[in-house]
Amino acid sequence: MSIRSIIYFGIDLFICSWRGSLFYYGWLAFLGFFIMLAVWGNFEQLTKGMIVTNLNDQVTWGMYLSNFVFLVGVAAAAVTIVFPAYFLKNKHMKHVVVLGEIVAIAAVIMCLLFVVNHMGRPDRAWHMTPSWLPVPIFHGIYNWPNSMLTWDVIVLNGYLALNVFCAFYYMYMKYLGREVNKLIYLPVVYLACVWALSIHTVTAFLINTMPARPMWHHSILPIKFITTAFAAGPSLIIIAFSIIKKVTKFEIGKEVFDFLSKVVLWCLGIALFLILSELVTEFYANTEHSFSLRYLVTGMYGLWGLVPWFWTAMVLMIGGFVLLLIPKIRKNLMLLPFICGMVFVGIWIDKGMGFVIPGFIPSPIGEFSEYTPSLIEIVNSLGNWAVGFMVFTMLAKCAIAISTGEVRYRDPKSIVTQSVDPPSFKGGGTPPWQSGRWGA
Amino acid sequence: MSDNKKNKFKISDYLADITDFVKSAKPKENASANFDEVMGEATDGFPRPELLGKIPDSEARTESSSGSAWNALNNQESSGRRDFLMKAGVFAGAAALLSGANDAEARTTWAEWFQGNYRLMSDKERKESVKRLEARYTEEYGKKTFVDDMPAEKDVLFGYALNIQKCIGCRRCVKACVKENNQSRQDPEIEWIRVIRMEKGTFNKGDMDKGYSGLSGEKHGIQVGGFAHKPAGVVLEGQHYYDPKLVPEKDAFYFPIQCQQCEKPPCVKVCPVRTTYRDPDGIVVIDYNWCIGCRMCMGACPYWARRFNWGPPNLSKEEMNPKTHYFGNRPRMNGVVEKCTFCLQRTRRGRYTACVEVCPVGARKFGNLLDPNSEVRKVLDRKKVFRLRVDLNTYPKFFYFID
Repeated sequence: MSIRSIIYFGIDLFICSWRGSLFYYGWLAFLGFFIMLAVWGNFEQLTKGMIVTNLNDQVTWGMYLSNFVFLVGVAAAAVTIVFPAYFLKNKHMKHVVVLGEIVAIAAVIMCLLFVVNHMGRPDRAWHMTPSWLPVPIFHGIYNWPNSMLTWDVIVLNGYLALNVFCAFYYMYMKYLGREVNKLIYLPVVYLACVWALSIHTVTAFLINTMPARPMWHHSILPIKFITTAFAAGPSLIIIAFSIIKKVTKFEIGKEVFDFLSKVVLWCLGIALFLILSELVTEFYANTEHSFSLRYLVTGMYGLWGLVPWFWTAMVLMIGGFVLLLIPKIRKNLMLLPFICGMVFVGIWIDKGMGFVIPGFIPSPIGEFSEYTPSLIEIVNSLGNWAVGFMVFTMLAKCAIAISTGEVRYRDPKSIVTQSVDPPSFKGGGTPPWQSGRWGA
Repeated sequence: MSDNKKNKFKISDYLADITDFVKSAKPKENASANFDEVMGEATDGFPRPELLGKIPDSEARTESSSGSAWNALNNQESSGRRDFLMKAGVFAGAAALLSGANDAEARTTWAEWFQGNYRLMSDKERKESVKRLEARYTEEYGKKTFVDDMPAEKDVLFGYALNIQKCIGCRRCVKACVKENNQSRQDPEIEWIRVIRMEKGTFNKGDMDKGYSGLSGEKHGIQVGGFAHKPAGVVLEGQHYYDPKLVPEKDAFYFPIQCQQCEKPPCVKVCPVRTTYRDPDGIVVIDYNWCIGCRMCMGACPYWARRFNWGPPNLSKEEMNPKTHYFGNRPRMNGVVEKCTFCLQRTRRGRYTACVEVCPVGARKFGNLLDPNSEVRKVLDRKKVFRLRVDLNTYPKFFYFID
């Protein structure tokens, strides 16, 4: 482990992530298109203010936070690969563990982008630096432990750091052709597993600790978040793995798909049960506190903007669950990605716009007003997703290239001797310093 | 915090907020020197804070003469020079921001950007910050602007009482509030007070059988109030977009709401950067220069009291009120949250809030809760008083009452 090898590691990763087949370039260009659109969108929003969004004083959180909440779950769901790999000692999962960590990295980066988009004054983000940090100019103030948002900032950035360490350390050691040092690696991995649960739990606490919004103010929320996350996250991972399996030489065992699809099945089942519990609890008594949910499920006062979305989500989730219940279909690797796509989209609706937005409808004084995202919001959100996919694609390509041995550390000395023409030797034949005649 | 309040609430209730108050509890001395010098004549006729409890009944008060001395002061400056200054300032500022040139506007922007949280600043830094803001507003609005930094005073806990029996729903308080507090006039249009129109009769024969049709389609003869199946009038129990030719309407009563200045404010608890906090005189304030615009407080507020500057505020030079306070009505910027502050630029100087002054029927009462002779205390002692959403344990200091 030398400075030189780290520099070479960086260079090789960079080269690997920017080189590929035509299909690869096409995919990056496709994502780049949306990122460029989002650059325009962000410019508009930063110069003109949040007024370019359709958010208002009634519905103050919208598309940005919907996606944020959903993606925190995807990030947390990386644990469904890491946990079985190291706690259950599952060999097949261990083989792909680095990809799980890369999913987490990409998801947390998307989360942070969405939060920055949501902020009215992103230029003042430094106000969140804790005042005890020895930073010379930026002397912030942190409402910790009172504010749940401060907890969320800590756990999200911590989770990002843990996963960046795990993934890059693992890749670096593979790059050197060595095994990881378990004394360093395993404690961090175990910590990351616990931490994964914390990020989603804290995000749930951030939302359900506000009695002003009765739709969110119940204790079912953290567990519902975790179960939907552990259904949506592995779904995304299954889709990604299916594509990786098809376009690269990287081997992903059947057992991996089997395990992950089982996780999706059970977590989705529990999530559906929790949704049912919530609906019965709220709809039976039908107090004013259930108006948000009624607006979402049936529409109220002639406003029903979210009703089709909710029922689409239900159809997708229940349909996905029923299909996964049938072993033949669940084990069919051709069908599985499509079912997972259903589950993923269903939960994205249910947890994003089907959860964040109706919390504000009606407003605390009983005003019903509908919200639909503006063009800028959609453009920025797509851009953030594109950034996440790009990060995942590039890192996954590097990780796969390192795992298959395409990219590995070559001793610089040997590279030098190969590239320089062998000096001519007067006597002809092999020079003595190479033939070993000089000893050594 | 005074002894009175300690008796009223358990100190353990304040555990969550205790850290907030440690620094702000001590009143700052000599903080108002520059304001007093300038304001000496401008506050003519208005009682000092120490006299607040002895203010006569608001109905008997004379009309406010606020701003007259100020207008005279401002008119001395020629408008031509003002325009030139404005244009020069805007162009130079934009250029300077891009090029980093040596310009007052750019320097102010940078200095404000590096400015710390108000409660962490030293007295010197606070003075500098206020000076900077005064210079900026004076140039931007072409008016001599003063930014007060009067801190909360000892033995004062502001309270508000509103007589819903008297309120006629004329919305003069809303307009006066906007005028006094420099809210953005349009895009975004911001009002801190909302007057909700409540329907009087809940039994309306025309709405019979329109309540629950039920899955069976059976008619139950149930009617669930006059608002059961009204078109999406957008509001549940009453609505605040009413627009009749004359108020009060026969079939309605009115219910104004604004920031309730909770003793245990949920908005303060959720703020990640402590930009909003409860000052010792009970007013929940916002340091606009420190707000990051995350809008957690808007989600947490059960009274829908907070407003967000969705875009750069639109406040014309003519309409701008140059008597401002750091935590009160100074012009806000894009992307920060604001709300009612009980007009602390007035009330900390012993005056009434704009809404109290303007109310034509005397429905609004204001005063020091710690003073047994104050109007608010008299209302609490003698009238039938209630507060909004007591189930949430926010302890509002905004009381509603009927005679």
